Amino acid sequence: MTLAELKPGQSARILSIDTGVPGVIRLMVLGLIEDAIVRIENAAIGGDPIEISLFGTSVSVRRQHARHFLIEPVTAHG
Amino acid sequence: MADASVIEVPVKAIGIRRKARHSFVVIGNPNSGKSTLFNRLTGLRQTTGNYPGVTVEKHVGIMQTEIGAMELIDLPGIYCLGGQSLDERIAVDVILGRLDDVARPSGMLFVLDATHLYQGLYLLEQLLEMQVPTVVALTMTDLARARGITIDIDALQARLPGITVREVVSTRRQGIEALKQELQDLHERAAPDFPASWPALSHTAQELADRTSGELTRMDVIQSLLHPSSDAEARANALLNAGELKSAREELFGTEPPQAVEARQRYRWVRGVLGEVLNEAPLLGQVGARLGNWLNRPWPATVAFFALMALVFQAVFSWATPMMDAIDAGASDLGLWVSAAAGDGMLGSFLSDGLIAGVGSVIVFLPQILILFLFIIVLEDSGYLARAAFLMDRVMRTVGLSGQSVIPMLSSFACAVPAIMATRVIPDRRDRIATILAAPFMTCSARLPIYALLIAAFVPAGSLGWFNLQGIVLFGLYLLGIFGGLVTARLLKLTALRGPKPVFVLALPEFRKPDLVTVLLKLWDRVRVFLKRAGTVIFAVAVVVWVLAYFPRAEVVTDPPGPSVTSMQGPAGDTPQQQAEAMQLSQSWLGRMGRWVEPVFEPLGWDWRVSSAVIAGFPAREVVVAVLGTLYAVGSDTDEETLAGRLRSATWPDGRPVFTLPMVLGLLVFYAWCLQCAATLATIRRETNSWRWPIFAWFYMTTLGYVAALLIYQIGSRL
Repeated sequence: MTLAELKPGQSARILSIDTGVPGVIRLMVLGLIEDAIVRIENAAIGGDPIEISLFGTSVSVRRQHARHFLIEPVTAHG
Repeated sequence: MADASVIEVPVKAIGIRRKARHSFVVIGNPNSGKSTLFNRLTGLRQTTGNYPGVTVEKHVGIMQTEIGAMELIDLPGIYCLGGQSLDERIAVDVILGRLDDVARPSGMLFVLDATHLYQGLYLLEQLLEMQVPTVVALTMTDLARARGITIDIDALQARLPGITVREVVSTRRQGIEALKQELQDLHERAAPDFPASWPALSHTAQELADRTSGELTRMDVIQSLLHPSSDAEARANALLNAGELKSAREELFGTEPPQAVEARQRYRWVRGVLGEVLNEAPLLGQVGARLGNWLNRPWPATVAFFALMALVFQAVFSWATPMMDAIDAGASDLGLWVSAAAGDGMLGSFLSDGLIAGVGSVIVFLPQILILFLFIIVLEDSGYLARAAFLMDRVMRTVGLSGQSVIPMLSSFACAVPAIMATRVIPDRRDRIATILAAPFMTCSARLPIYALLIAAFVPAGSLGWFNLQGIVLFGLYLLGIFGGLVTARLLKLTALRGPKPVFVLALPEFRKPDLVTVLLKLWDRVRVFLKRAGTVIFAVAVVVWVLAYFPRAEVVTDPPGPSVTSMQGPAGDTPQQQAEAMQLSQSWLGRMGRWVEPVFEPLGWDWRVSSAVIAGFPAREVVVAVLGTLYAVGSDTDEETLAGRLRSATWPDGRPVFTLPMVLGLLVFYAWCLQCAATLATIRRETNSWRWPIFAWFYMTTLGYVAALLIYQIGSRL
């Protein structure tokens, strides 16, 4: 399952990342790395881009990049 | 004793003005409370300039301490040092003392936002590689507490050996004095040891740097390791043995991209620290309040965005009216009083028709510009502009750009110059240039005066339901600018600037109440620029235009006015006095020049006065109103005291009014699209580093404005 498949309000743990994509590295620099627990907060109209929060910080991610993050869903506060 | 005190005064003054004893950089994430803290530490003693050779704003303030004045350099807010953006490179160069005219700072004040420790600590760890004595100001702890997060400062301190951490609540001035105490002797302290987040990188880089006998710092080697095929790497390769960098890189990063490995390593350490420092596991879903969550849903957020924009334009037009009326009345009273006191001669005409009518007609728009800038600054400081970028990313994608272009475009509603500078956050050069060329289309505050003048003069003040009719026309002109800019960006992205789809990655700060002092300081900065222009460029143009309109004096009027010369009144009912004035104007230098260019603009329905004003406006468009003010004041009908009234009563020699609806609409559209701003052209030149783009932008926009005005007038007049 990838980050792009999560819905607003759901949380997940990042399992692995395809680092071959430039936009993906820029997301990693903002803190989206393996084992981080993230949550989908919101989306813009049409469901893209999505707003992802982690450690109280929020990042805007396009679905095309979210697809390169493999995740496993977790229950809130996991 | 007396001698000593005499000497002491100038020395102290020099110490404050010229050379502060020590300088410190202030650095942190965007929206970390950095500007507010900077303002609290320096008060009003700040200057804004540019770093030599680059357009990044250099913001310097003076902080008074017990042992003398210290200089604080406010660096742009950044998230990391890895992105190679201009802001990030400037930060490194300033801290390492590599820019001319900027001495190497004695220390670093790092602003750490307690609600965003995660990204803040990451940047701090990167910066520590520069080996500069460092103090950390922990801000926003009140906000963190309000969200149920408490931070164990002792534990944080224990994980940052060699660095003092001080809690600061800037808005309540708590901890400011203690922080000043820390900064006071920071330069005497040793730089902190290796950062703990990735010792392998730090030690490898240090070893390599030691082999260059001081030529390279640890930071230089790290930059060259992390960024293959960069300038930093070329420099390091020249100083090190062949293959040393390469083998170090293989050892550290394996086959992965270096920056990805760095993010993994350092954030892993940061997460460990957060586990010890935050008293409870960080709560998920803490972004914004509940209300914010609802407002952030796609549809409510988008509707709110457009409602907010509409509110801004309504406010600009309706809130400013009372203040503008007062200034207008004041200027015209002053003009009458001056001409009564100075008589009808040259001096009286110069003072009332040249100076007061010219400069006064621009100052009138100060209230509108104030309101507009106030909104833009508040939206920026509250974190809303980033939210707007998020919401509008989809729209921008249809023109081949990303949400990242939205922030510069929204700021260019205030002024294109800072907006063009703000495009440096856009990583791709092609996207950046497309945004730079779209930005001057947005209705800047300098366009507001002529819009306001023409709308007030020719659009009825009635209302359409809830909205004021004049406000709607103004909003339409803003939309026209947006449309022009977006179409331009699209065309460029399809042709000259064709490239891959832009990446859109953006940190979204949550909404935050902007700090009043910071907002007022920024507002004052903008007002100062406006008044300075009114006092210099616009003043000078008003004087020149008055001279051109006043000389040469017609002693005896012999020639009848040329067929294309306008007079203030219809032929019937002109007093001999008014005819003489009109005659004078038409045979003045300005009248001759105006008639010379009139054929070019006549198809647009402009008389020579409008044509002269538009030409005078090419260096700076706000001049146009001043020129119209002077032109229509010289030889004016005293019945009409306001410029709007004078425009309404202007006629062609055969009695037709000059300002017909098609002509006014054409003029407005010309104004919306034409690039009349030397400062914008100079900024485009600097930012794109070539003359090609400013020249293209000028011809493109001027042609577009001319053709549009021509079509509107010619078609409109035949309907």
